[in-house]
Amino acid sequence: MAEAHVEEDQSPDTDRRDFLYIATTAVAGIGAAISLWPFIDQMNPTANVQALATTEVDLSPIETGQTIKVVWQGKPVYVRHRTQEQIKAAQSAPVDDLPDPETDADRVQQDQWLIVVGICTHLGCIPVSDPDNLRGEFGGWFCPCHGSHYDDSGRIRKGPAPDNLAVPPYQFIDDNKILIG
Amino acid sequence: MITQTKRYPPRWSVLTIGVAMGLALAAWAPVRAADEATEALSPSARDWSFSGPLGVFDRAALQRGYQLYREVCSACHSLEFIAFRNLADPGGPEFSEEAVKALAAEHSVQDGPDEFGEMFDRPGRLSDYLPSPYLNNNEARAANGGSLPPDLSVIIKARTNGPNYLYALLTGYEDPPADFELADMMNYNPYFSGRQIAMAPQLFEGIVEYSDGTEASVAQMAKDLVQFLTWTAEPKLEERKALAMPVLIYMLILTILLYASYKRIWRDVDHN
Amino acid sequence: MAHASTYKPRSGFARWLDSRLPIMRLAHDSFVDFPTPKNLNYWWTFGGILSVCLVILIFSGVALSMHYTPHADFAFASVEHIMRDVNYGWLLRYMHANSSSMFFLAVYIHMLRGLYYGSYKEPREVLWILGVMLFILMIASAFLGYVLPWGQMSFWAATVITNLFGVIPFIGDEVLAWLWGGFGVDGPTLNRFYSLHYLLAFLIAGVVVLHIWALHVPGNNNPKGIDVKGPQDTIPFHPYYTVKDGFALGVFLIVLALLIFYAPNILGHPDNYIPADPLTTPEHIVPEWYFLPFYAILRAVPDILFIPAKTAGVIAMLLAIFTLFLLPWLDSSKVRSARYRPLFKQFFWIFVIACVALGWAGSQSPEGMALLVARISTLYYFAFFWVIMPLLGVIETPKSVPDSISKPVLGSGSAAASGTSG
Repeated sequence: MAEAHVEEDQSPDTDRRDFLYIATTAVAGIGAAISLWPFIDQMNPTANVQALATTEVDLSPIETGQTIKVVWQGKPVYVRHRTQEQIKAAQSAPVDDLPDPETDADRVQQDQWLIVVGICTHLGCIPVSDPDNLRGEFGGWFCPCHGSHYDDSGRIRKGPAPDNLAVPPYQFIDDNKILIG
Repeated sequence: MITQTKRYPPRWSVLTIGVAMGLALAAWAPVRAADEATEALSPSARDWSFSGPLGVFDRAALQRGYQLYREVCSACHSLEFIAFRNLADPGGPEFSEEAVKALAAEHSVQDGPDEFGEMFDRPGRLSDYLPSPYLNNNEARAANGGSLPPDLSVIIKARTNGPNYLYALLTGYEDPPADFELADMMNYNPYFSGRQIAMAPQLFEGIVEYSDGTEASVAQMAKDLVQFLTWTAEPKLEERKALAMPVLIYMLILTILLYASYKRIWRDVDHN
Repeated sequence: MAHASTYKPRSGFARWLDSRLPIMRLAHDSFVDFPTPKNLNYWWTFGGILSVCLVILIFSGVALSMHYTPHADFAFASVEHIMRDVNYGWLLRYMHANSSSMFFLAVYIHMLRGLYYGSYKEPREVLWILGVMLFILMIASAFLGYVLPWGQMSFWAATVITNLFGVIPFIGDEVLAWLWGGFGVDGPTLNRFYSLHYLLAFLIAGVVVLHIWALHVPGNNNPKGIDVKGPQDTIPFHPYYTVKDGFALGVFLIVLALLIFYAPNILGHPDNYIPADPLTTPEHIVPEWYFLPFYAILRAVPDILFIPAKTAGVIAMLLAIFTLFLLPWLDSSKVRSARYRPLFKQFFWIFVIACVALGWAGSQSPEGMALLVARISTLYYFAFFWVIMPLLGVIETPKSVPDSISKPVLGSGSAAASGTSG
């Protein structure tokens, strides 16, 4: 009797049995894992949020020397109509000495329009340029939180911020209108 | 006495339950004969391309249905849960994105306030929702003799047997019987609850000229509108039915595997 | 039943954890090596099914709550936003709504199983009472949840049911204002119903833990209704009942999937796709199908002596549920399982018919045939618990109950027996 039992343990019946259980467990596991996806994906941006990924800005009312703040994807974006002095200052800065080297030409599509995201690259405060005398030492923006100074191209010059102000993707719809995003 | 080992529950009780439930279900089902002069007729069942496990929308019908909504219904009925971008979504009319951008720009949408605090109008964008013909329900009622034209986004789901009901309603206008008391400004329609409806018949042969050249008979327009409004109510219908098949096949396989495992594990257990 | 733990931690980490928080031991002793009667039939799989349903409802509910807005002006639109804009939002919404229905289907079967096999009898009275508490929590939770989409049925069901509290003598109106947060069902009502719906879900989960704990002390009942006599009568929960419950769950989930994917609105009411309008009452205010029997009882009762029909109806409805708490003491029979109670068995099946009839009556206008059926069925419902069950214990001659669950190793298979409930 005992011998028959021992043989049974090594019969192909055992292999088939184990395979069935392994297959069942595997199929169940895969299904459980896949069914988690909708619960994860539902946290991704919804269709209506994705539709608002762009902001249109009318440039015509912005006078030379004036800066306006618009909202794009919930973030502040500065649109500055630069004066000739500001453009010259931005273009003649020593690029290699900058903490985050970048030419002005790489940051604008048309010289008189500077468009940057108004979030300090240090810890996320909003740098200011109003009133005019509170723009920091380089004429651009000044971040009141920890004293970062940005120039007329939105580049970091002095202070703890590591990077230049981000330039959002934008395009000119016509001479007086841009679409950000 | 030897204990019985029959299968439980006993057959006769199951039969009784079955009969009881069958009767209950039969009584439950919305079968209503028109035995009263004001009780609504039941709409007849029609074939719809979106019905059944493999149902899909008729794309061309959806596009025609939108045109119909725009040219006829939108004068009084809002479609507040549809944004212009939805008209380009998969599973719907699937207009091209450029076409929908142009379509949206034809509409005037309120925006604001501007820097002076005033609201202003501007051309529609993809992200805008279809504008309502009225500012609010009160204006809608005032413009329609006190009746409120309902928003049509989910009307198909808000009515029993929605698609068939809507088709019957739109094509079912007729003269009232001689003895029927029709109230002022009302219209006779045997499919509407109470048989009189504030909305006058809207579909007449040729009232729109379909851009795809299809003949605009009343029956055709009613069908197209049912397709379109079923989509507005259930924009995910095609996605839902497409996902159903792999899910059910998977569940079947898993259940069979579980049954086989169950049988094998229990093979040597005397459990009766 | 409480048994010596057989858990053996296999790794260093397992031993370390076991000496600090023996959670693996608890899981092993409760769900792996738990001695379970070997003769359980498929009616015993619904406990596991209910647990899975609860998990599905909680997961889908938490996901939905990330997108839902509990404000009267935005609730309906937020549900449409979920259906249209949220990734898989339509799936989550239909999953949540249809799992609710399946949750109730499973609980009714689960309760009827308990009724038929005497699972409520000594020593499982507390288990049964916890179960009735769970049923009440489910009713409350489902009612609250149905209000959230803020459709016509949501609003008017809330109005009808909250108005019932007005029958409380002397303080009825104050209680109503307190419940509503205003002068009628409105924004404040919706907001607090949302909060409570979320809370109740987790209360249910907590009481389920107590329910399983109360079960594991005496151990499971079984179709024969007799106590386990020794290890020959039991098998370990895993793998025998994990696989059987798994199979039953597979069948159940296929039914749920068929609903979600092919008929997601069939158990709902079209009027709930009409935004709530406090100035327009729907033609027929009807609750979801699982509440129909109680709705029938509520409307079946006429004026009784000095008690107006509305109050009497509320009392009858509450009594119908409260009666369930007393069941272990109303049934005087010493025999647990209806298998050996030929008279009780027949009354039981008539009881089931009465419940189905009440459900039908609840869907109809309370007049004519529907009202007659509702009244007869309500009378039978109460007679079943308050008259028949106490009487049967005395007058019924049960069939002889088997001696043991498994056939004895030696000798013939039966003996004349009487008492079995220990």
